[in-house]
Amino acid sequence: MADKIHQIIETFKQMCLVDKIDQLFVMLKQLVLACVPEALHPLVSGMLSVVLVLSVFPGVFAIITVIERKGLGRIQNRYGPNRVGIPFTKIRLCGFGQFIPDGIKSLTKEDIVPYAADKIVHYLAPVVMLIPVLLSYAVLPFGKNMTVADFDAGLLFFFAVGGAVELSVFMAGWSSHNKYSLLGASRAIAQMISYEIPLILSAVTVVMVVGSLKLVDIVAHQNVYSYGIAHWFVFTPWGLVGCILFFIASLAESNRCPFDLPEAESELIAGYFTEYSGFKFALFFLAEYLGMFAIIGLGVTLFLGGWTSPVSFLTWIPSYLWFMGKVIAIVFVFIWIRGTLPRLRMDQLMNLAWKFMLPLALINVVVAGIWHFMGQLGHEQLRWLVCAVIIFGSYVVLGRGLMRHQKLGKRTYRFAE
Amino acid sequence: MLGEQMIKGMAVTAKNFFGSYVSKERLTTVQYPEERLVPKENTRQFPFLVYDTDDAEKGLRCVACQICEKECPPQCIYIVKSKDKKADYKGQMQFYPAVFDIDISVCMSCQICVEVCPFESIKMNTDFELSNDNRFGGLLISKQQLAKPNAHYRQIHPHEAAESDAVIAGEKAKAEAKAKAAAEAAEAAKAKAAAAPAPVAAPVGAPAAAPAAPVAVVAPTAPAPTTPPATN
Amino acid sequence: MSLPFIIIAFVTLFAAAAAMSLRNLVHCALALVVALAGLAALYLQLDAEFVGFAQILVYVGAVAILIVFAILLTRSGDSPNQAVLTPGWGWGIFISMFVFTALGWAVLNSGVLRAQGAAGSSAAPAATVKDIGKALMEQYVLPLEVIGLLLTAAMIGAVIIALKEPSQIDNSGRKS
Repeated sequence: MADKIHQIIETFKQMCLVDKIDQLFVMLKQLVLACVPEALHPLVSGMLSVVLVLSVFPGVFAIITVIERKGLGRIQNRYGPNRVGIPFTKIRLCGFGQFIPDGIKSLTKEDIVPYAADKIVHYLAPVVMLIPVLLSYAVLPFGKNMTVADFDAGLLFFFAVGGAVELSVFMAGWSSHNKYSLLGASRAIAQMISYEIPLILSAVTVVMVVGSLKLVDIVAHQNVYSYGIAHWFVFTPWGLVGCILFFIASLAESNRCPFDLPEAESELIAGYFTEYSGFKFALFFLAEYLGMFAIIGLGVTLFLGGWTSPVSFLTWIPSYLWFMGKVIAIVFVFIWIRGTLPRLRMDQLMNLAWKFMLPLALINVVVAGIWHFMGQLGHEQLRWLVCAVIIFGSYVVLGRGLMRHQKLGKRTYRFAE
Repeated sequence: MLGEQMIKGMAVTAKNFFGSYVSKERLTTVQYPEERLVPKENTRQFPFLVYDTDDAEKGLRCVACQICEKECPPQCIYIVKSKDKKADYKGQMQFYPAVFDIDISVCMSCQICVEVCPFESIKMNTDFELSNDNRFGGLLISKQQLAKPNAHYRQIHPHEAAESDAVIAGEKAKAEAKAKAAAEAAEAAKAKAAAAPAPVAAPVGAPAAAPAAPVAVVAPTAPAPTTPPATN
Repeated sequence: MSLPFIIIAFVTLFAAAAAMSLRNLVHCALALVVALAGLAALYLQLDAEFVGFAQILVYVGAVAILIVFAILLTRSGDSPNQAVLTPGWGWGIFISMFVFTALGWAVLNSGVLRAQGAAGSSAAPAATVKDIGKALMEQYVLPLEVIGLLLTAAMIGAVIIALKEPSQIDNSGRKS
């Protein structure tokens, strides 16, 4: 019965040229490369892929800023922006043209550089933030055979260029010659390096199980179906915990609520980019959102199967649509979290990273190892129970430990009564 | 357990999000100026002058007594009383305001002018979209713009207009009753004077009746112009 | 001596010279970051992917941040107004030339280059991540464990230094 369905799906796919649509961009690239002399192939191939990434993701960024404002508005019982559609016409499009006036506004604002600021470093900081973020898109597999550069150590490349972002944060904060910017920058760097460790440790569990740092191999490992459901790593106990830890850490890496202490308006004005205006601010904003998409893309690749579909009868939907759909779904969850949770204070942030997420990530690594070796020893069913129990137990214990010092109750005073 | 409250919070937010598309109470924004809220009955913005019938000059209730001008705290009312009297729609000769200006950039909508007016002639309007780009007099409203019919007053403040109409009707009735009583008293005095010793006092009564008649003629008209002050 | 190598080498040397000679301390630190990134580019040019990315991750992402934080937290004031060149700069150049010659002679006469030259220039073994991992776990496991131990000791030491002493009593008599 199952392979009859499989057969029907295969014939359906062949009929509707599903594979051609799936490989559309790859075939277009081959077409262009055929018109170019042999010697220039690597250069032109790279450039075409880069052009595609650079045109798609800033467009997604623009739409997502509008969706975020409208989504937050609806959560807060109000409309979001709903007036600007196509400029110079009366067509409203429910406000989705808002990014056009926003872009024009940031381009035409006066670029103020403080008198005592370090001009070169102040100028370079947004650039140094944007370039590593754009570089990190090179290793993500957007679809089948659709990776810009498939390195042998692709995952390591991603985290390496992610580390350069912290340098730019420091440059921005220090060059403004403003002690509040400097404080904001120190806090932001401390937050980013604290949360890099749970991020990398939860990625390590996937690498352990797959045995390779290549992101294409990781997706191929998840492209296996049993009982019609894909073998995504999020469907395993260690994968679920790893996925949740990864996404919480990625919230902190992109300075988003509830971890947006460095850039919140009620703290230190805007933290490390207080002294930036106009297009440089827009570049920081762009870099932050693009970084968020990149790290969500990595999370989707590692845990949610990348470009594969979750059920075997939906594989006719093109792979790049699955990837973008998953990324956008996680972005919606991030917007939802932003509308719900209050901001964490600096010490609460640090406690969460070092006292809760780091031990849980380490225990997750051990559990992934147990899972792998129990699978090899033949206890396929028992390993689910063992891993689930270990993880759940450690989660409860660590959670209790984190909440132990919180005095939640009526406030008592030492001297006032 | 850690994270339990977070999930509950996110459920509340999700309910808000999806509910905002479905129910009006989850999305209470009123998109002014395309949608407007219906103002309540006792909304007040700036004063206007009431006139009865259709004639803004003859039906104007204001007789330029200048009480509102004196009572106005920021002194935003400017009245110039007419030197002559004109007939109003009832035929009575009244003074009228030659100039009646209210500076609504000064007016603070305290409603004191409405409270002290004895003639129910100045009331509060509900129109607030009065912005103007003429800095030097655009917000100085003259008598022609201030005068609005009683039908407008009934429309914007139904209960107040009903009360005001009742007060005016009551005064009218009182005045008529007083006039009737005075007329009856004059009649009675006339009859009594006529029924007095007529043949002996006839030559005496005639000159005596003559001075009584003008007195009786004058008496009924005297109370008419003086009406008791109306209290709101 | 291909063109990419020449360009990257120039950038690295220029950044290193700038790191020595700039007045502003933070500018020096940032120039050092460029020099380290140049080294990473050289590793990548030699097709050593893992080492190149690890260089960026460790040096640019962690050591540079460490240097920058050290400058941030211990700044005594603005940039000093002393001369950039110290009094004994002549001797400094002489000693550095001497060390460079010694190192260059050692590298040029080493066994690796001789074996390389004999077997042909394009016989560089493609060291994949898997090979590196295998080597770390089988051949070089003892140095790996010793390094791990050393790093743990360093971390524990840092935590102990930063920890406040539990029974510290300050002047007003209250325990802090």
